[in-house]
Amino acid sequence: MREAQADSARVVLDAPGIERAATRIAHEIVERNGGTEDLVLVAIVAGGRDVAELIRDRLRQIAGKDVPLGALDVTLYRDDVVGQGRRPVPNPTRMPVSVAGKRVVLVDDVVFTGRTVRAAMDAIIDFGRPDAIQVATLVDRGHRELPIRVDFVGKNIPTARSDEVLLHRNSRGELEVVV
Amino acid sequence: MRGLLGIQDLPRTEIERILDTAEAMVEISQREIKRVPTLRGRTVINLFLEPSTRTRVSFEIAAKRLSADAINVSSSGSSLSKAETLADMGQNLAAMNADVLVVRDRTAGVPKMLADRLPMPVINAGDGCHEHPTQALLDVFTVRQSLGTLDSRVVAIVGDISHSRVARSDIHAFTKMGAEVRVAGPPTMLPAGIDVLGVKACFSMEEALDGADVIIMLRIQRERLEQALFPSVREYSLTFGLNLRTLALAKPDAIVLHPGPINRGVEISGEVADAEPSRILDQVTNGVAVRMAVLYLVTGEQA
Repeated sequence: MREAQADSARVVLDAPGIERAATRIAHEIVERNGGTEDLVLVAIVAGGRDVAELIRDRLRQIAGKDVPLGALDVTLYRDDVVGQGRRPVPNPTRMPVSVAGKRVVLVDDVVFTGRTVRAAMDAIIDFGRPDAIQVATLVDRGHRELPIRVDFVGKNIPTARSDEVLLHRNSRGELEVVV
Repeated sequence: MRGLLGIQDLPRTEIERILDTAEAMVEISQREIKRVPTLRGRTVINLFLEPSTRTRVSFEIAAKRLSADAINVSSSGSSLSKAETLADMGQNLAAMNADVLVVRDRTAGVPKMLADRLPMPVINAGDGCHEHPTQALLDVFTVRQSLGTLDSRVVAIVGDISHSRVARSDIHAFTKMGAEVRVAGPPTMLPAGIDVLGVKACFSMEEALDGADVIIMLRIQRERLEQALFPSVREYSLTFGLNLRTLALAKPDAIVLHPGPINRGVEISGEVADAEPSRILDQVTNGVAVRMAVLYLVTGEQA
């Protein structure tokens, strides 16, 4: 999540819209997986953290118990970082439980080229062999460069390749997605 | 970051960037499969021209956990024993497209000399009595892990300050991070004018450890006995050794560091080395993470 920059930024998903999307995604996750047994949510940090927490809260309301929530930084798995100038400082990765035999739901704020999801899948598999990996995102903005699909999406937003889409907190501290 | 030759010229923001990166590296060594693909296909050469086990193994493990190929070269059995110059050897390693050169040498300035001549980043793994930057970074990392901030913490470094590259790098690192640094040892082991580095020279454990948050004990090299820097190991141990009695001079929650290898019963008693305040093995664990961070950061910024 970065700071809002241009004043010309257009809000495409406001706080109530984000809440509704998280609620719907949580219900779809329960439906697809027949409950929350063996589920592990993994936020792709930093962008996916807020969304993953929202979904975790909804899952708790629906199922009455907590689903483990991990945090995964994919910087060290990216194919487009090496040799590209000043390196980003990675965030620590936290996996609270083993992913072996679990159904892992990767959560990000925006899915774009698919390269982050690719890197995240490689990282998850280094932690063990999950029964399934699924992807949930608040926004799917298209322009995939890899054969990656999203399982649970809050909103499909058509964008130009050069657009910047970000989830941030506005001046009132509410989450919103802007283009 | 274009190589790492010392702490002296490293700004505080760069030190913090390395430490923050190391925080993310710690977790990788706790996994069952301790490897990330970041430096796949890169070649790291560990050129160790002075004996070392801990630092060499630490760099080798760090490189391998990032998926780099690590090649170890030591002086015995190398072409240096055929009178090849170091500069020529470096040119040859560069001609084989090595991506990073890690250098340990008994002469100060060798890493700098190689960095000036070679196209790849050079990391100083200890040069003579000059600097040992990755040791200082892992020391600062270990203290930050235990105590949080370093601002206004009192750090006492005890031992042969004159001949210690660890002391020199630690002095730069801890003062840049806002700590108050004291150095202590027999007068023969404290360089005159050390205070220009922003540290206080102390001539007794009482003076050095009063109110200290961190105690860094340096290894006493017995060969210094021949140089008559101290009369006997027993006297040194009684005057500047860390034991339960002298440890009690510091703050109750003070922590103890030592770059290793330790001389039990000389500069540090066994009961302190194995006691709760000791962070000596944490230093070794953290050393791998810090060196992974340095390898990751220097390989990003070619040219």
